[in-house]
Amino acid sequence: MKPVEIAKGIYSVGVRDWNIRDFHGYATDQGTTYNAFLIVDEKVALIDTVKNKKQFTQQLIDNIATIIDPKKIDIVISNHTEMDHSGGLPHVMHYIGEDKPLYCSKMGKKNLAKHFSREWNFHAVNNGEELSLGEKTLVFLETRMIHWPDSMFTFAKEDGVLFSSDGFGQHYAGYELFDDEVGDKIMYQAKNYFANILMLYAPRIKKLIKGVVDLGLEIKMICPDHGIIWRKDPAKIINAYNAWCDQTPKRKALVVYDTMWESTEKMAEAIVDGLIEENVITKLMHVRSCHRSDVITEMLDTRAVIMGSPTLNNQMFPSLMDTITYIKGLKPINKIAAAFGSYGWSGEAVKYINKEFEAMKFEIVDPGIRVQYVPTPDDLKNCFQLGAKMGKLVNES
Amino acid sequence: MDKYVCTLCGYVYDPEVGDPDEGIEPGTKFEDIPDDWYCPVCGAGKEDFEIQE
Repeated sequence: MKPVEIAKGIYSVGVRDWNIRDFHGYATDQGTTYNAFLIVDEKVALIDTVKNKKQFTQQLIDNIATIIDPKKIDIVISNHTEMDHSGGLPHVMHYIGEDKPLYCSKMGKKNLAKHFSREWNFHAVNNGEELSLGEKTLVFLETRMIHWPDSMFTFAKEDGVLFSSDGFGQHYAGYELFDDEVGDKIMYQAKNYFANILMLYAPRIKKLIKGVVDLGLEIKMICPDHGIIWRKDPAKIINAYNAWCDQTPKRKALVVYDTMWESTEKMAEAIVDGLIEENVITKLMHVRSCHRSDVITEMLDTRAVIMGSPTLNNQMFPSLMDTITYIKGLKPINKIAAAFGSYGWSGEAVKYINKEFEAMKFEIVDPGIRVQYVPTPDDLKNCFQLGAKMGKLVNES
Repeated sequence: MDKYVCTLCGYVYDPEVGDPDEGIEPGTKFEDIPDDWYCPVCGAGKEDFEIQE
Protein backbone atom coordinates (compact mmCIF):
# COMPACT_ATOMS: atom_id res chain seq x y z
CA MET A 1 0.00 0.00 0.00
CA LYS A 2 1.63 3.23 -1.13
CA PRO A 3 1.76 5.65 1.82
CA VAL A 4 -0.77 8.48 1.72
CA GLU A 5 -0.65 11.75 3.64
CA ILE A 6 -4.07 11.76 5.31
CA ALA A 7 -3.57 15.03 7.22
CA LYS A 8 -0.62 17.41 7.32
CA GLY A 9 2.36 15.36 8.53
CA ILE A 10 0.25 12.25 9.18
CA TYR A 11 0.70 9.30 6.85
CA SER A 12 -1.06 5.99 6.43
CA VAL A 13 1.79 3.47 6.13
CA GLY A 14 0.06 0.11 6.67
CA VAL A 15 -0.40 -2.89 4.39
CA ARG A 16 -3.21 -4.68 2.57
CA ASP A 17 -3.88 -8.40 2.99
CA TRP A 18 -6.02 -8.92 -0.11
CA ASN A 19 -6.39 -12.68 0.12
CA ILE A 20 -6.93 -13.54 3.76
CA ARG A 21 -10.23 -15.43 3.94
CA ASP A 22 -10.03 -16.89 7.44
CA PHE A 23 -9.19 -14.38 10.14
CA HIS A 24 -8.95 -16.46 13.32
CA GLY A 25 -12.10 -18.29 12.34
CA TYR A 26 -13.94 -15.21 11.07
CA ALA A 27 -14.70 -15.38 7.33
CA THR A 28 -13.18 -12.32 5.66
CA ASP A 29 -14.40 -12.52 2.08
CA GLN A 30 -13.08 -9.04 1.29
CA GLY A 31 -9.63 -9.53 2.84
CA THR A 32 -8.43 -6.91 5.30
CA THR A 33 -5.77 -4.28 5.93
CA TYR A 34 -3.39 -3.79 8.84
CA ASN A 35 -3.20 -0.04 9.15
CA ALA A 36 -0.32 1.84 10.73
CA PHE A 37 0.29 5.57 10.91
CA LEU A 38 3.37 7.74 10.89
CA ILE A 39 3.33 11.22 12.39
CA VAL A 40 6.19 13.47 11.32
CA ASP A 41 6.70 16.45 13.61
CA GLU A 42 9.76 17.59 15.61
CA LYS A 43 9.54 14.08 16.96
CA VAL A 44 8.48 11.22 14.72
CA ALA A 45 5.94 8.71 16.01
CA LEU A 46 4.74 5.41 14.58
CA ILE A 47 1.34 4.11 15.62
CA ASP A 48 0.98 0.30 15.46
CA THR A 49 3.13 -2.11 13.51
CA VAL A 50 1.01 -4.48 11.33
CA LYS A 51 0.75 -8.26 11.35
CA ASN A 52 3.52 -10.66 12.35
CA LYS A 53 4.37 -11.83 8.85
CA LYS A 54 7.74 -10.96 7.38
CA GLN A 55 6.41 -9.61 4.08
CA PHE A 56 4.09 -7.21 5.92
CA THR A 57 6.58 -5.92 8.48
CA GLN A 58 9.17 -5.33 5.75
CA GLN A 59 6.57 -3.55 3.65
CA LEU A 60 5.82 -1.31 6.63
CA ILE A 61 9.49 -0.35 6.92
CA ASP A 62 9.69 0.20 3.14
CA ASN A 63 6.57 2.38 3.23
CA ILE A 64 8.02 4.52 6.02
CA ALA A 65 11.31 4.78 4.11
CA THR A 66 9.53 6.56 1.24
CA ILE A 67 8.71 9.37 3.71
CA ILE A 68 11.57 9.43 6.19
CA ASP A 69 14.50 7.26 7.28
CA PRO A 70 12.77 4.76 9.62
CA LYS A 71 15.68 5.09 12.04
CA LYS A 72 14.46 8.65 12.69
CA ILE A 73 11.35 7.32 14.40
CA ASP A 74 11.57 8.57 18.02
CA ILE A 75 8.52 6.93 19.53
CA VAL A 76 6.46 3.84 18.83
CA ILE A 77 2.88 3.66 20.08
CA SER A 78 1.13 0.32 20.50
CA ASN A 79 -2.62 0.88 20.76
CA HIS A 80 -3.37 -2.84 20.92
CA THR A 81 -1.33 -5.95 21.72
CA GLU A 82 -3.06 -8.37 19.32
CA MET A 83 -0.56 -9.82 16.82
CA ASP A 84 -2.11 -8.21 13.74
CA HIS A 85 -1.09 -4.81 15.15
CA SER A 86 1.91 -5.56 17.34
CA GLY A 87 3.44 -8.43 15.38
CA GLY A 88 5.84 -6.12 13.59
CA LEU A 89 7.25 -4.72 16.85
CA PRO A 90 10.33 -6.98 17.11
CA HIS A 91 11.30 -6.16 13.52
CA VAL A 92 10.57 -2.43 13.85
CA MET A 93 12.29 -2.03 17.23
CA HIS A 94 15.31 -3.93 16.02
CA TYR A 95 15.51 -1.71 12.94
CA ILE A 96 14.98 1.67 14.60
CA GLY A 97 16.73 0.94 17.92
CA GLU A 98 15.66 -1.31 20.80
CA ASP A 99 15.98 1.56 23.30
CA LYS A 100 13.38 3.81 21.62
CA PRO A 101 10.39 4.51 23.91
CA LEU A 102 7.39 2.26 23.37
CA TYR A 103 4.14 3.88 24.51
CA CYS A 104 1.21 1.68 25.49
CA SER A 105 -1.45 1.32 28.17
CA LYS A 106 -0.66 -0.25 31.56
CA MET A 107 -2.23 -3.50 30.46
CA GLY A 108 -0.42 -3.12 27.15
CA LYS A 109 2.90 -3.18 28.97
CA LYS A 110 1.91 -6.39 30.76
CA ASN A 111 0.51 -8.01 27.64
CA LEU A 112 3.32 -7.00 25.27
CA ALA A 113 5.79 -8.47 27.75
CA LYS A 114 3.81 -11.73 27.65
CA HIS A 115 3.80 -11.77 23.87
CA PHE A 116 7.41 -10.92 23.10
CA SER A 117 9.51 -11.47 26.23
CA ARG A 118 11.59 -8.37 25.46
CA GLU A 119 12.80 -5.67 27.81
CA TRP A 120 11.70 -2.75 25.70
CA ASN A 121 11.69 0.83 26.96
CA PHE A 122 8.00 0.75 27.91
CA HIS A 123 6.13 3.94 28.77
CA ALA A 124 2.78 2.89 30.25
CA VAL A 125 0.45 5.87 29.88
CA ASN A 126 -2.43 6.98 32.06
CA ASN A 127 -5.86 7.66 30.66
CA GLY A 128 -5.89 11.21 29.29
CA GLU A 129 -2.10 11.56 29.37
CA GLU A 130 -0.66 13.89 26.74
CA LEU A 131 2.54 13.72 24.73
CA SER A 132 3.88 16.63 22.70
CA LEU A 133 5.60 15.83 19.43
CA GLY A 134 6.36 19.50 18.73
CA GLU A 135 3.45 21.17 16.98
CA LYS A 136 1.19 18.20 17.50
CA THR A 137 -0.08 16.81 20.80
CA LEU A 138 -1.16 13.23 21.28
CA VAL A 139 -3.73 12.25 23.92
CA PHE A 140 -3.98 8.64 25.05
CA LEU A 141 -7.41 7.27 25.91
CA GLU A 142 -7.77 3.97 27.72
CA THR A 143 -10.38 1.74 26.12
CA ARG A 144 -10.02 -1.42 28.18
CA MET A 145 -11.83 -4.46 26.81
CA ILE A 146 -12.59 -2.74 23.53
CA HIS A 147 -11.70 -5.28 22.78
CA TRP A 148 -8.65 -6.48 24.78
CA PRO A 149 -7.47 -5.40 28.24
CA ASP A 150 -4.67 -3.40 26.61
CA SER A 151 -6.72 -1.54 24.00
CA MET A 152 -6.34 2.22 23.83
CA PHE A 153 -7.00 5.06 21.40
CA THR A 154 -4.56 7.80 20.49
CA PHE A 155 -5.93 11.21 19.55
CA ALA A 156 -3.95 13.80 17.59
CA LYS A 157 -5.47 16.89 19.17
CA GLU A 158 -4.66 19.71 16.76
CA ASP A 159 -5.58 17.67 13.69
CA GLY A 160 -8.66 16.04 15.24
CA VAL A 161 -7.52 12.59 14.15
CA LEU A 162 -8.54 9.62 16.30
CA PHE A 163 -6.45 6.47 15.95
CA SER A 164 -9.04 4.02 17.17
CA SER A 165 -7.25 0.66 17.04
CA ASP A 166 -9.87 -2.04 16.29
CA GLY A 167 -12.79 0.28 17.09
CA PHE A 168 -14.73 1.37 13.96
CA GLY A 169 -12.68 -1.07 11.84
CA GLN A 170 -13.79 -3.24 8.95
CA HIS A 171 -12.22 -6.26 7.31
CA TYR A 172 -11.99 -4.79 3.85
CA ALA A 173 -9.09 -4.59 1.43
CA GLY A 174 -9.89 -2.40 -1.55
CA TYR A 175 -8.27 0.21 -3.73
CA GLU A 176 -10.08 2.86 -1.71
CA LEU A 177 -8.64 4.46 1.44
CA PHE A 178 -11.51 6.66 2.66
CA ASP A 179 -15.25 6.35 3.42
CA ASP A 180 -16.17 8.85 0.72
CA GLU A 181 -14.36 6.77 -1.87
CA VAL A 182 -15.88 3.45 -0.95
CA GLY A 183 -19.45 4.61 -0.30
CA ASP A 184 -22.20 2.91 1.70
CA LYS A 185 -21.21 -0.66 0.90
CA ILE A 186 -18.60 -0.38 3.66
CA MET A 187 -21.34 -0.17 6.29
CA TYR A 188 -22.03 -3.90 5.93
CA GLN A 189 -18.36 -4.67 6.56
CA ALA A 190 -18.35 -2.35 9.59
CA LYS A 191 -21.46 -4.05 10.97
CA ASN A 192 -19.98 -7.48 10.28
CA TYR A 193 -16.84 -6.45 12.18
CA PHE A 194 -18.83 -5.06 15.10
CA ALA A 195 -20.94 -8.24 15.35
CA ASN A 196 -17.93 -10.57 15.29
CA ILE A 197 -15.40 -8.67 17.38
CA LEU A 198 -17.09 -6.08 19.56
CA MET A 199 -20.72 -7.00 20.15
CA LEU A 200 -20.17 -8.62 23.55
CA TYR A 201 -18.70 -5.37 24.85
CA ALA A 202 -21.66 -3.28 23.66
CA PRO A 203 -22.51 -1.78 27.09
CA ARG A 204 -18.89 -0.70 27.54
CA ILE A 205 -18.62 0.73 24.02
CA LYS A 206 -21.75 2.76 24.64
CA LYS A 207 -20.15 4.22 27.78
CA LEU A 208 -16.90 4.89 25.96
CA ILE A 209 -18.60 6.73 23.11
CA LYS A 210 -20.49 8.84 25.62
CA GLY A 211 -17.22 9.51 27.46
CA VAL A 212 -15.48 10.62 24.28
CA VAL A 213 -18.42 12.83 23.31
CA ASP A 214 -18.46 14.33 26.83
CA LEU A 215 -14.75 15.14 26.56
CA GLY A 216 -15.73 17.39 23.66
CA LEU A 217 -12.98 16.11 21.39
CA GLU A 218 -13.37 17.56 17.94
CA ILE A 219 -13.04 14.42 15.85
CA LYS A 220 -12.48 15.19 12.20
CA MET A 221 -11.18 11.83 11.14
CA ILE A 222 -11.23 8.29 12.56
CA CYS A 223 -8.39 5.97 11.61
CA PRO A 224 -9.06 2.36 12.60
CA ASP A 225 -6.45 -0.38 12.30
CA HIS A 226 -8.50 -2.28 9.70
CA GLY A 227 -10.15 -1.07 6.53
CA ILE A 228 -10.94 2.44 5.38
CA ILE A 229 -10.56 5.74 7.20
CA TRP A 230 -13.67 7.71 8.19
CA ARG A 231 -13.03 11.30 7.07
CA LYS A 232 -16.14 12.52 5.31
CA ASP A 233 -18.56 11.77 8.11
CA PRO A 234 -17.03 10.26 11.28
CA ALA A 235 -20.35 10.82 13.06
CA LYS A 236 -21.96 8.28 10.75
CA ILE A 237 -19.94 5.37 12.09
CA ILE A 238 -20.23 6.64 15.68
CA ASN A 239 -24.02 6.79 15.35
CA ALA A 240 -24.08 3.36 13.74
CA TYR A 241 -22.09 1.98 16.70
CA ASN A 242 -24.55 3.49 19.13
CA ALA A 243 -27.42 1.76 17.32
CA TRP A 244 -25.59 -1.59 17.05
CA CYS A 245 -24.74 -1.45 20.75
CA ASP A 246 -28.46 -1.25 21.55
CA GLN A 247 -29.15 -4.25 19.29
CA THR A 248 -32.62 -2.85 18.70
CA PRO A 249 -34.30 -5.59 16.70
CA LYS A 250 -35.84 -4.98 13.32
CA ARG A 251 -38.86 -6.91 12.03
CA LYS A 252 -36.51 -9.75 11.20
CA ALA A 253 -36.38 -13.49 11.73
CA LEU A 254 -33.49 -15.86 11.26
CA VAL A 255 -33.83 -19.60 10.77
CA VAL A 256 -30.56 -21.42 11.37
CA TYR A 257 -30.34 -25.18 10.86
CA ASP A 258 -28.50 -28.25 9.74
CA THR A 259 -29.97 -31.38 8.23
CA MET A 260 -29.00 -35.01 7.50
CA TRP A 261 -31.68 -36.41 5.16
CA GLU A 262 -33.51 -33.14 4.37
CA SER A 263 -36.23 -33.68 6.98
CA THR A 264 -35.11 -30.85 9.25
CA GLU A 265 -34.58 -28.80 6.10
CA LYS A 266 -38.20 -29.34 5.00
CA MET A 267 -39.31 -28.20 8.45
CA ALA A 268 -37.08 -25.12 8.18
CA GLU A 269 -38.61 -24.17 4.85
CA ALA A 270 -42.14 -24.54 6.18
CA ILE A 271 -41.25 -22.30 9.14
CA VAL A 272 -39.81 -19.75 6.72
CA ASP A 273 -43.07 -19.82 4.72
CA GLY A 274 -45.00 -19.05 7.91
CA LEU A 275 -42.71 -16.12 8.71
CA ILE A 276 -42.98 -14.72 5.19
CA GLU A 277 -46.77 -15.04 5.43
CA GLU A 278 -46.54 -12.53 8.29
CA ASN A 279 -44.39 -10.20 6.18
CA VAL A 280 -41.37 -10.57 8.39
CA ILE A 281 -37.91 -10.06 6.85
CA THR A 282 -36.72 -13.65 6.93
CA LYS A 283 -33.43 -15.34 6.31
CA LEU A 284 -32.67 -19.07 6.18
CA MET A 285 -29.10 -20.12 6.91
CA HIS A 286 -27.76 -23.65 6.67
CA VAL A 287 -24.77 -23.80 9.00
CA ARG A 288 -22.58 -25.91 6.74
CA SER A 289 -23.17 -23.46 3.87
CA CYS A 290 -23.11 -20.15 5.76
CA HIS A 291 -20.19 -19.17 7.95
CA ARG A 292 -20.85 -18.64 11.66
CA SER A 293 -19.45 -15.11 11.36
CA ASP A 294 -22.17 -14.26 8.82
CA VAL A 295 -24.84 -15.84 11.03
CA ILE A 296 -23.92 -13.54 13.95
CA THR A 297 -24.03 -10.48 11.68
CA GLU A 298 -27.58 -11.39 10.63
CA MET A 299 -28.47 -12.00 14.24
CA LEU A 300 -27.35 -8.56 15.44
CA ASP A 301 -30.67 -6.86 14.61
CA THR A 302 -32.93 -9.92 14.32
CA ARG A 303 -35.85 -10.37 16.72
CA ALA A 304 -36.72 -14.04 16.22
CA VAL A 305 -34.16 -16.83 16.18
CA ILE A 306 -35.41 -20.28 15.20
CA MET A 307 -32.91 -23.10 15.25
CA GLY A 308 -33.23 -26.61 13.90
CA SER A 309 -31.12 -29.71 14.22
CA PRO A 310 -31.51 -33.40 13.59
CA THR A 311 -30.56 -35.69 16.47
CA LEU A 312 -27.30 -37.50 15.78
CA ASN A 313 -26.18 -40.18 18.26
CA ASN A 314 -28.39 -38.62 20.97
CA GLN A 315 -26.83 -35.19 20.42
CA MET A 316 -27.46 -31.95 18.62
CA PHE A 317 -25.74 -31.88 15.21
CA PRO A 318 -22.14 -30.72 15.88
CA SER A 319 -22.12 -28.01 13.21
CA LEU A 320 -25.04 -26.23 14.89
CA MET A 321 -23.33 -26.46 18.27
CA ASP A 322 -20.27 -24.83 16.65
CA THR A 323 -22.38 -21.88 15.56
CA ILE A 324 -24.15 -21.68 18.93
CA THR A 325 -20.83 -21.69 20.83
CA TYR A 326 -19.65 -18.80 18.70
CA ILE A 327 -22.88 -16.84 19.04
CA LYS A 328 -23.09 -17.38 22.80
CA GLY A 329 -19.73 -15.71 23.37
CA LEU A 330 -20.81 -12.62 21.47
CA LYS A 331 -23.84 -12.16 23.76
CA PRO A 332 -26.72 -11.22 21.48
CA ILE A 333 -29.72 -9.71 23.30
CA ASN A 334 -33.44 -9.01 22.70
CA LYS A 335 -34.27 -12.36 21.08
CA ILE A 336 -37.34 -14.57 21.04
CA ALA A 337 -36.59 -18.16 20.11
CA ALA A 338 -37.88 -21.60 19.21
CA ALA A 339 -36.33 -24.91 18.16
CA PHE A 340 -37.22 -27.71 15.78
CA GLY A 341 -35.74 -30.89 14.37
CA SER A 342 -36.27 -34.34 12.95
CA TYR A 343 -35.03 -37.49 14.67
CA GLY A 344 -34.96 -41.26 14.30
CA TRP A 345 -35.54 -42.73 17.77
CA SER A 346 -34.36 -40.59 20.70
CA GLY A 347 -34.72 -36.95 19.56
CA GLU A 348 -32.77 -34.90 22.10
CA ALA A 349 -31.71 -32.07 19.75
CA VAL A 350 -34.68 -29.77 20.44
CA LYS A 351 -34.18 -30.13 24.19
CA TYR A 352 -30.48 -29.29 23.85
CA ILE A 353 -31.14 -26.28 21.63
CA ASN A 354 -33.63 -24.98 24.18
CA LYS A 355 -31.01 -25.39 26.88
CA GLU A 356 -28.64 -23.23 24.85
CA PHE A 357 -31.38 -20.63 24.33
CA GLU A 358 -31.82 -20.49 28.10
CA ALA A 359 -28.08 -20.08 28.61
CA MET A 360 -28.10 -17.18 26.15
CA LYS A 361 -31.17 -15.68 27.90
CA PHE A 362 -33.26 -15.89 24.72
CA GLU A 363 -36.99 -15.88 25.46
CA ILE A 364 -38.32 -19.31 24.44
CA VAL A 365 -41.83 -18.63 23.13
CA ASP A 366 -42.65 -22.17 21.99
CA PRO A 367 -41.53 -25.57 23.29
CA GLY A 368 -40.48 -26.47 19.76
CA ILE A 369 -41.38 -29.13 17.20
CA ARG A 370 -39.93 -32.64 16.98
CA VAL A 371 -40.73 -34.89 14.03
CA GLN A 372 -39.82 -38.57 13.77
CA TYR A 373 -38.01 -39.44 10.55
CA VAL A 374 -39.77 -37.55 7.71
CA PRO A 375 -42.29 -34.76 8.26
CA THR A 376 -45.86 -35.50 7.12
CA PRO A 377 -47.99 -32.78 5.49
CA ASP A 378 -49.56 -32.24 8.95
CA ASP A 379 -46.11 -31.85 10.53
CA LEU A 380 -45.24 -29.26 7.92
CA LYS A 381 -48.48 -27.42 8.66
CA ASN A 382 -47.38 -27.29 12.31
CA CYS A 383 -44.03 -25.90 11.22
CA PHE A 384 -45.77 -23.28 9.09
CA GLN A 385 -47.89 -22.39 12.13
CA LEU A 386 -44.77 -22.05 14.27
CA GLY A 387 -43.30 -19.67 11.67
CA ALA A 388 -46.54 -17.68 11.58
CA LYS A 389 -46.65 -17.53 15.39
CA MET A 390 -43.08 -16.26 15.55
CA GLY A 391 -43.87 -13.79 12.77
CA LYS A 392 -46.81 -12.39 14.71
CA LEU A 393 -44.69 -12.01 17.81
CA VAL A 394 -42.02 -10.19 15.79
CA ASN A 395 -44.67 -7.81 14.51
CA GLU A 396 -46.05 -7.20 17.99
CA SER A 397 -42.68 -6.28 19.47
CA MET B 1 -17.30 -13.16 52.51
CA ASP B 2 -18.69 -12.54 49.01
CA LYS B 3 -16.81 -13.33 45.86
CA TYR B 4 -16.92 -10.65 43.18
CA VAL B 5 -16.82 -11.22 39.45
CA CYS B 6 -15.37 -8.83 36.87
CA THR B 7 -18.15 -8.05 34.43
CA LEU B 8 -15.62 -7.38 31.69
CA CYS B 9 -13.47 -10.47 31.63
CA GLY B 10 -14.99 -12.95 34.08
CA TYR B 11 -12.14 -12.94 36.64
CA VAL B 12 -13.41 -13.81 40.11
CA TYR B 13 -12.02 -12.05 43.17
CA ASP B 14 -11.93 -14.57 45.99
CA PRO B 15 -11.38 -12.84 49.36
CA GLU B 16 -9.80 -16.00 50.76
CA VAL B 17 -7.09 -15.75 48.12
CA GLY B 18 -6.83 -11.96 47.78
CA ASP B 19 -4.51 -10.52 45.15
CA PRO B 20 -1.07 -10.83 46.78
CA ASP B 21 0.74 -9.57 43.63
CA GLU B 22 -0.94 -6.22 44.19
CA GLY B 23 -0.53 -6.26 47.94
CA ILE B 24 -4.05 -7.45 48.72
CA GLU B 25 -3.62 -9.99 51.52
CA PRO B 26 -5.63 -13.21 51.67
CA GLY B 27 -8.71 -12.59 53.78
CA THR B 28 -9.35 -9.07 52.45
CA LYS B 29 -13.02 -8.37 51.79
CA PHE B 30 -13.74 -6.90 48.36
CA GLU B 31 -15.19 -3.82 50.06
CA ASP B 32 -11.89 -3.24 51.86
CA ILE B 33 -9.73 -3.22 48.72
CA PRO B 34 -8.42 0.30 47.93
CA ASP B 35 -10.41 2.12 45.22
CA ASP B 36 -7.43 2.35 42.88
CA TRP B 37 -7.08 -1.44 42.68
CA TYR B 38 -7.88 -2.91 39.32
CA CYS B 39 -8.70 -6.33 37.88
CA PRO B 40 -5.42 -8.24 37.57
CA VAL B 41 -6.62 -9.90 34.36
CA CYS B 42 -8.13 -7.09 32.31
CA GLY B 43 -7.49 -3.86 34.17
CA ALA B 44 -11.14 -3.05 34.94
CA GLY B 45 -11.80 -0.83 37.94
CA LYS B 46 -13.62 -1.88 41.14
CA GLU B 47 -16.80 -0.35 39.79
CA ASP B 48 -16.90 -3.02 37.08
CA PHE B 49 -17.27 -5.86 39.62
CA GLU B 50 -20.48 -7.50 40.75
CA ILE B 51 -21.24 -9.91 43.59
CA GLN B 52 -21.06 -13.47 42.30
CA GLU B 53 -24.45 -15.15 42.63
